[in-house]
Amino acid sequence: MNPPVATPFFFYLLATIMIVGGILVITRKNAIHSAMALITTLLAQAALYLMLYAPFVAGVQIMLYAGGIMVLFLFVIMLISIERSQKERQFNKQWLIGVIAAAALGGLFITVYTTTTRGITLFVERRMAYSENQNTQLIANLLFDRRGGTYMFAFEIASLLLLVAIIGSVVMAKKRI
Amino acid sequence: MHDLILYIQSYLDSDRTPGAAGNIFWATVYILLVFVGLSVAVICMNWLERKILAHMQVRLGPMRVGPHGLLQPIADAIKLLLKEDIIPAEADAVVFWVAPFIVVLAAFTVFVVVPFGRTHAITDMNIGILFMLGVSSLSVLGIVTAGWASNSHYPLMGALRSSAQMVSYEVAMGLAVVSAIMMSSMNVEGTGTLSMIGIVEAQKAQGEWFIFKFFPLGIIAFGVFAIAMVAETNRAPFDLPEAESELTAGFHTEYSGFRWSLFFLAEYSAMIAVSSIAVTLWLGGWLRPFPNALTGDIWELVFSLFPGITFLFLAGMCFYSTARMPKHPLFKIQTMGLGGFGAALAVIGLILFLPPVRVRVVDIYWFSAKVAGFMYLYIWYRGTFPRYRFDQLMKVGWKVLLPTGLALLILTALVGMRTELWADIQETLHL
Repeated sequence: MNPPVATPFFFYLLATIMIVGGILVITRKNAIHSAMALITTLLAQAALYLMLYAPFVAGVQIMLYAGGIMVLFLFVIMLISIERSQKERQFNKQWLIGVIAAAALGGLFITVYTTTTRGITLFVERRMAYSENQNTQLIANLLFDRRGGTYMFAFEIASLLLLVAIIGSVVMAKKRI
Repeated sequence: MHDLILYIQSYLDSDRTPGAAGNIFWATVYILLVFVGLSVAVICMNWLERKILAHMQVRLGPMRVGPHGLLQPIADAIKLLLKEDIIPAEADAVVFWVAPFIVVLAAFTVFVVVPFGRTHAITDMNIGILFMLGVSSLSVLGIVTAGWASNSHYPLMGALRSSAQMVSYEVAMGLAVVSAIMMSSMNVEGTGTLSMIGIVEAQKAQGEWFIFKFFPLGIIAFGVFAIAMVAETNRAPFDLPEAESELTAGFHTEYSGFRWSLFFLAEYSAMIAVSSIAVTLWLGGWLRPFPNALTGDIWELVFSLFPGITFLFLAGMCFYSTARMPKHPLFKIQTMGLGGFGAALAVIGLILFLPPVRVRVVDIYWFSAKVAGFMYLYIWYRGTFPRYRFDQLMKVGWKVLLPTGLALLILTALVGMRTELWADIQETLHL
């Protein structure tokens, strides 16, 4: 057997990259720098998916978020006047509400992770690790299989939502169709 | 000594890729080999492009540095490395510095999954083709940031054009790829694969290259991909991001010296990368022509002689040119150099005839030969097609290639599922 790649060292490395990237996203004054920090965070997140033995999700993450959506982000940001946006205040007056919301979310996470009912946590101790060379096929089975496709309906609903968003943006952007 | 030979033998006779075997040392060797091979290929492409374009335009091309300009790429490289590396005063220095590295990293990382042979890939991922498309789509980030960081008008225009173009053509490209992946599921279990090696194995098992499968669906999907891949790599006739008559040099106008050469390197290795995707998905990857029709030891032998014959042919061309060199004493060193080059090629060709070498390089040879065909096509396009206007580019991408890709997807699914569909229809009607 191959030695496992998912060592704690890589987890801490990727987590650090993600946190530093996330902080840079909100603290950089220049929007392009923020976007590049966001790309770094998204790529580190893709690597985390790999560590969770979910290569398909990692590949989709790189392709859609880092390669597709962030290009559109940059495309829009480049058309904004950087000089004017740099003079604007970066943090608005809702910081108090923001801190409360963040604290509540953090508290929720800590509660969920530490709560035990009769000695059992909410998380399973271990889960079945799918072999890497079947991951994509198993996802396809979950989504589309005639017998085992439990997420077929949710998948179709999500695609319908996206279709609504596409048509909506076309209607809003184009005055005369 | 004997142990050492056995050790090396165990690597050479391995039936798995270094990544699958989990061998870090062997994987590193492969990575270095791929890196060196790519760099040599880019140098060759540099010379070939200038020569072939020149001959298409009834010129001679580079003739001064070395016999027939053979040393021109090396002279160019030295010139680029010695040139002053300018960062514009108003540029965003950090982003300006990072951008070329993003492009080069994206262009080289995809080669991790390119299958040069049954066992000659650095690794085989279950998401191989997805990885290649995803990582190569990252290179547009480098181009966009390069254009923006230069803080100049032409580069920004080039970057905007590039991002719009690459995002548009990625869609059509993805649809064409999906139709090929669906073809790979035409087996007993009915499960396809995204692995690059798996796709070639599927073509071998099904007995035909996917370009000929479900005629004419395969060849149309290949055509859509072949057009989209030229647009993806910003090459003529889709080279609007660097259209020199309109934007001086597009997104890399402000770059000079080493950084510019990184863009150059990335452009050519991206061309090789997308050509490898096309070869793997539609042209049978490393499979030799007619692997199922012309079987038997004799044909195996004949096809495995091709690498050596190719090199001997090149050597013969060199010797022919040596004989035709001017007899003036000033050309003495050049004549000797060309003769020496021919002799080196001949030696390589003879080594490739040795049975242990022959059987191990034949896969790599067929893969490289197919990719080389695409490289020639790239030069040919550049020599013959006029550049698209921007609205024409968008029209081709969104109004021609995208509907074609969608129709292909549906038709491939219908043809692939025809027996099951027919059974379903019959069942419903008889009930």
